Amino acid sequence: MNELVASYALIAPEIVLVCGAMALLMIGVTRPESDREAELIGWIAIGVLGLAVWLVLNQPAGRQTLFDGGYVVDGFARFMKVLTFVATAAALLLSFDYMRETRSHKFEYPVLVLLATAGMGMMISANDLIALYLGLELQSLALYVVAAIRRDDVRSSEAGLKYFVLGALSSGMLLYGASLIYGFTGSTSFTAIAAAAKAGGAAQDIGLIIGLVFLLVGIAFKISAVPFHMWTPDVYEGAPTPVTTFFAAAPKAAAMALLMRVTLSAFAGVGPQWQQVVSALAIASMGLGAFAAIGQTNIKRLLAYSAIGNIGYALIGLACASPEGARGVIIYMVIYVAMTLGAFACVLAMRRPGGMVEEIDELAGLAQTNLAMATVLALLLFSLAGIPPLAGFFAKFYVFVAAVKEGLWPLAIFGVLASVVGAYYYVRIVKIMFFDAPKESFLGVPTKAALVMGLTGLFMLLYVVWPAPLVASADAAARTLF
Amino acid sequence: MTSTGFGLLSLITFFPLVGALGIAALNKEAKGNARWIALYTTLFTLGASLFLWSQFDPANPGFQFLEEMDWLGGSIRYKMGVDGISMLFVILTAFLMPLCIIASWEAIQERVKEYMIAFLVLETLMLGVFTALDLILFYLFFEGGLIPMFLIIGVWGGARRVYASFKFFLYTLLGSVLMLLAMMAMYWHAGTSDIPTLLTHTFPYDMQWWLWLAFLASFAVKLPMWPVHTWLPDAHVEAPTAGSVILAGILLKMGGYGFLRFSLPMFPLASQEFAPLIFALSIVAIIYTSLVALAQEDVKKLIAYSSVAHMGFVTMGIFSFTVQGVDGAIFLMLSHGLVSAALFLCVGVVYDRMHTREIAAYGGLVNRMPLFAAVFMVFTLANVGLPGTSGFIGEFLTLVGAFKANTWVAFLATIGVILSAAYALYLYRRMIFGPLEKPSLRAIADMNYREIVVFAPLVLLVLLFGFYPAPLLDVTAVSVKKLVSGYELAIKAASAANAR
Repeated sequence: MNELVASYALIAPEIVLVCGAMALLMIGVTRPESDREAELIGWIAIGVLGLAVWLVLNQPAGRQTLFDGGYVVDGFARFMKVLTFVATAAALLLSFDYMRETRSHKFEYPVLVLLATAGMGMMISANDLIALYLGLELQSLALYVVAAIRRDDVRSSEAGLKYFVLGALSSGMLLYGASLIYGFTGSTSFTAIAAAAKAGGAAQDIGLIIGLVFLLVGIAFKISAVPFHMWTPDVYEGAPTPVTTFFAAAPKAAAMALLMRVTLSAFAGVGPQWQQVVSALAIASMGLGAFAAIGQTNIKRLLAYSAIGNIGYALIGLACASPEGARGVIIYMVIYVAMTLGAFACVLAMRRPGGMVEEIDELAGLAQTNLAMATVLALLLFSLAGIPPLAGFFAKFYVFVAAVKEGLWPLAIFGVLASVVGAYYYVRIVKIMFFDAPKESFLGVPTKAALVMGLTGLFMLLYVVWPAPLVASADAAARTLF
Repeated sequence: MTSTGFGLLSLITFFPLVGALGIAALNKEAKGNARWIALYTTLFTLGASLFLWSQFDPANPGFQFLEEMDWLGGSIRYKMGVDGISMLFVILTAFLMPLCIIASWEAIQERVKEYMIAFLVLETLMLGVFTALDLILFYLFFEGGLIPMFLIIGVWGGARRVYASFKFFLYTLLGSVLMLLAMMAMYWHAGTSDIPTLLTHTFPYDMQWWLWLAFLASFAVKLPMWPVHTWLPDAHVEAPTAGSVILAGILLKMGGYGFLRFSLPMFPLASQEFAPLIFALSIVAIIYTSLVALAQEDVKKLIAYSSVAHMGFVTMGIFSFTVQGVDGAIFLMLSHGLVSAALFLCVGVVYDRMHTREIAAYGGLVNRMPLFAAVFMVFTLANVGLPGTSGFIGEFLTLVGAFKANTWVAFLATIGVILSAAYALYLYRRMIFGPLEKPSLRAIADMNYREIVVFAPLVLLVLLFGFYPAPLLDVTAVSVKKLVSGYELAIKAASAANAR
């Protein structure tokens, strides 16, 4: 009995999330529908997320497994869970003002977000193909609905539908790959797959590799790596902005964690094979992210291409297949999530009396109408461009330093050159804000957006002063994968 | 010297940031206070750096005032220190900043607070470049300077400021990212990013070759060397006066400093191999850009091209691998820091009155502005390298060094000296002499007290170091000797290894 309780303590965070979602659903359907009600549910959801973070932090150290090894809790899982849960809570926090103003407050939103987060927790801890698929689908189905949450808005519905159709396709590929892997290794467990991949054997290899490639395609879709990125700009643009904020941060981190565990643990034995695939994805993502963003006029679309590019840089670290590389990816995701949340908080603050605006040109002269917001956004953009001494530089630094150690010169050189191209479009926004003549000023920045902007801005600026804690904990988390 | 946690160098480097924070805390309308805080901050920094100079031991060839702290984890540490090569650049930076603040006193009326913050942040980053003793820390300061400079050109610049600021930003960034990869490769090869340790580390020849090229990509753009100099005229022309002063006076010197700190001592074999390339590029820079300068219609552009030509002397001196050449290169950089800064300030004086940089719009200024004409003459002659001015000492020493290394190079470079006299005197004649014909110039007033305060120390120093260069050469002497002898040892060791 005690053993049972102890083992369930390992999935306590996910249990809390799911039970919390169910309870909130009950509250939501039984109480009259109103803005106040929906906001209250949102706050409770944030509380549930906080509880989940607390539970994760109090889990016993070391590596434990559950469900016959299908579910693993180790340092890496704990680190990534804290990151995704915190990112989710921040995205929820940012949604309140928007939902109230656009009169689209729905109590289902926090509930769906909690369910998606439970799915992410599952993805991060998955150590079995079945667990992987369960987590991924729980997350994805919730996200499809969330994308279309403003169901009377054409763009939002279109975004949800696009996301769903393409997402279903990728899930199919992933399942096909999983079935091939199962067929050739005789097991769905990552541990058994790892042993089979290591043992090798020519006939077995080729089937395993084909299965692996399909699996990678499915996950590449979730992290929106080129050439599986097509949905990203449309969904980012079409979904309501707080939802886009959520999409851009937490699910990306969770999917990246999943990809890391699959490649670094389950398929460590066939490293050179998937390293090629990941390198190709990285180069394509960095290149497209850098060049396609130049022509964008909508800031959400621009941030979508920026996300694609950023995933490319993170994949450089993965392509190294080394502890340094994994550490680089983890640090990259932390800083990326912070930059994304801050940037979207700024987008949410682009409010005029007539409603939200999304065109980049609307930012013209922001430095003269709202210097604080312009400064924070400029910090975030320079950071995204990877200019020292801001945090974004260190994100790139750690993945490049890993790539140089492994001698991945083509990847590293292409990466730094793409970052110069990318710098152009980030800096162009700074130019619009600081050099151009001012337009009509925005409405005041909502408090919650201001809070997120302030915190992320400070993080960008001050990371350089005290980088050691993040590096040390990311390092410890990365080593548990090897 | 023992290592400490946080000391004088960090104080000097980061004090401007404190001032910037103070200005940020002011309310929006407090233009005057912003100016005064900026001035006091830079003056304090200057005072502290002069104190540093007084404590500096010129007989010690190593790094002094060392500070060390844990930073990025692993062996990447926060490490600061200065030696004879970097010491004077710290002084130069701290010296030019208050002048920039005073020069912007009336010229900048829009967004004064932000302007002063940008300058103070820039000062911290520039000082950091010269005091950092860790590769990554150096890179941080080296690249970080792009942000404030981009804003200074773009917000307070002239008509084509957007084009110029982007060109400056992207050019410099492109050059630097390859250097970053090279630094990472050095880090993994030597196991540390500590610059004093790397100075004693020997990289294999093949690696030196690539590393040298990667560093060249960055420093050649920054210096700038022909043919990657084209961002400089644009940036200079569009930047506000104080921005041009900083660009010409300090930012360009980072390239030369980089060659001395990294390329030459860390990759001696590659330096030797590539020296002919550098000589060729230097000669092209000296002769070609001097000719280009001769044809300019815009004062600032002319001075910008003359800067490129002077930087050609610097690279020529550095890669002559002689004590004289390197000493001369450092001296020329310092002198050019004063002279070009002063020339841009001179342009600022007339620009503030007439709001045009076209040479043709002036003429006969000596009639209305005798004091200005005299000051402008001193710096024009210093720019030419007339004996008795600091410009002469630097150019002469680099030519001596180059003569030892390669007579033809020295010969061709001397042609550049003649050409520099041509464009500088031609400019002087067109602007200052001749009849005062333009009706718009009739009411132009001579320099006011604020401007005299700016120019007086510059005139004094240019003449002082022209007649008595010893205070500067004494500081650099021991470090330069060590640099050159280290280089010679490395070459000898390599050829001995080849012979075997």
